[in-house]
Amino acid sequence: MNAEWRWDFTYQILPKLLWATLNTIMAAGIGYAIAVIVGMLFLLGQRTPYKVINIIVREVVEFIRSTPLLIQLFFVYFVGPQFGLILSAWVTAMITIGLHFGTYLSEVYRGALEGVPKSQWEACRALNFSTIYTYRRIVFPQAFPIAIPGMGNYLVGIFKDTPLLSTIGVAELFHAATAVGGEHYRYLEPYTMVGVIFLALSIPAAIGIRKLERFVNKAQGKVKN
Amino acid sequence: MSYFSFLVEHGSTLLLGTVTTVKVLICATILYALISIIFGLMRVSNNSVIQGIATVYIEFFRGTSLMVQLFWFYYVLPFFGLSLEAFTSGVVAIGLNFGAYGAEIVRGGILAVPKGQWEGAYALNLSPAKRMRRIIIPQIFPIILPPAANLTVELLKATALVALVTVVDLTFEAKQINAITWLSAQCFGTALIIYYIISRFFLVPFLRWLEILAARKIGKEKI
Repeated sequence: MNAEWRWDFTYQILPKLLWATLNTIMAAGIGYAIAVIVGMLFLLGQRTPYKVINIIVREVVEFIRSTPLLIQLFFVYFVGPQFGLILSAWVTAMITIGLHFGTYLSEVYRGALEGVPKSQWEACRALNFSTIYTYRRIVFPQAFPIAIPGMGNYLVGIFKDTPLLSTIGVAELFHAATAVGGEHYRYLEPYTMVGVIFLALSIPAAIGIRKLERFVNKAQGKVKN
Repeated sequence: MSYFSFLVEHGSTLLLGTVTTVKVLICATILYALISIIFGLMRVSNNSVIQGIATVYIEFFRGTSLMVQLFWFYYVLPFFGLSLEAFTSGVVAIGLNFGAYGAEIVRGGILAVPKGQWEGAYALNLSPAKRMRRIIIPQIFPIILPPAANLTVELLKATALVALVTVVDLTFEAKQINAITWLSAQCFGTALIIYYIISRFFLVPFLRWLEILAARKIGKEKI
């Protein structure tokens, strides 16, 4: 094999890769939207008045957090058909990513809620605010800026974990690169271009999140040094 | 086929895979710890060239996906005449990727050492190397170990990816058994439980022990 970089080949495969990038972005976006909601459910599950439910949810979260996403994908994808439940690769991927990153996001939310000073709660109690009103007007607006960095990191995290979806046949960027590489038996350009595309998307995303964090902090009158 | 007879038949294969997973885990952890400390130190260097190299390295490896790096090491490096064994390329890719995350943790730890310690070292006229080695670095461990512990659990999960470049680890064996028997729930379920046990009952207690040890070393008792 010659190690020469071939530009003509790169240009030839680039449109294909860019189209597949759209699928990657879509997978990351939908997966993230599900994870954001699932994370709230997990958090609620850990804060019910019933101790037993709290402990069970806590253990489930712990289990999902400490096992690899790859095997979870295989598990959902292959075990469903055993019980007559056939899911498409896309549905499997979205469910698994939603559950996996939902556990992480529930931890982010928990940290953010605990980051709101206790005195705020006490003041609301003193002012006779209802619990819902306290959450809506006092706690959430203060917890949100604390949650932004964590939530942003996991958005980028999901984006960087989307190549795993190619293992169950979701046609995203990495899948396209492997297919193109196999067709021409040249992996140098496809895989390198995948890396470049990832860099080109994840670095601006990280910068954008940092900007958003600063913006929200400023809007709330808390200027971070 | 009951679950028990499944374990009797395939348990030993899965255990063999687990041994490989643990091997990858240990090698990659050592590599990532070394890289984190080296690049974390480079990141706080006053020399802008050294700092620039570390920044580029960290941004590059954090910006691209681990799986892309893994495949790059395994499938693309042979183009340049450098053929790595699957195990080696897996360990190197994971080590380099997590080293980039770890370097940021080390940098945070160095910056979190109280200013008074730096000033004290200046006042005693210690050389920069001695200041780092004897004053600053011993104090960063209690600060960096809790986030590093999280990262190490992430690393354990990331070792599953080496199965995709044909390292015969737990994931690979589970996939293999699945392909032969189609008992997906049993083999992937067992694999998930084994990863959970490694993380919950071996890795996490070990890292907690390290945290306590580091806190005790500098006289900060931890409960």
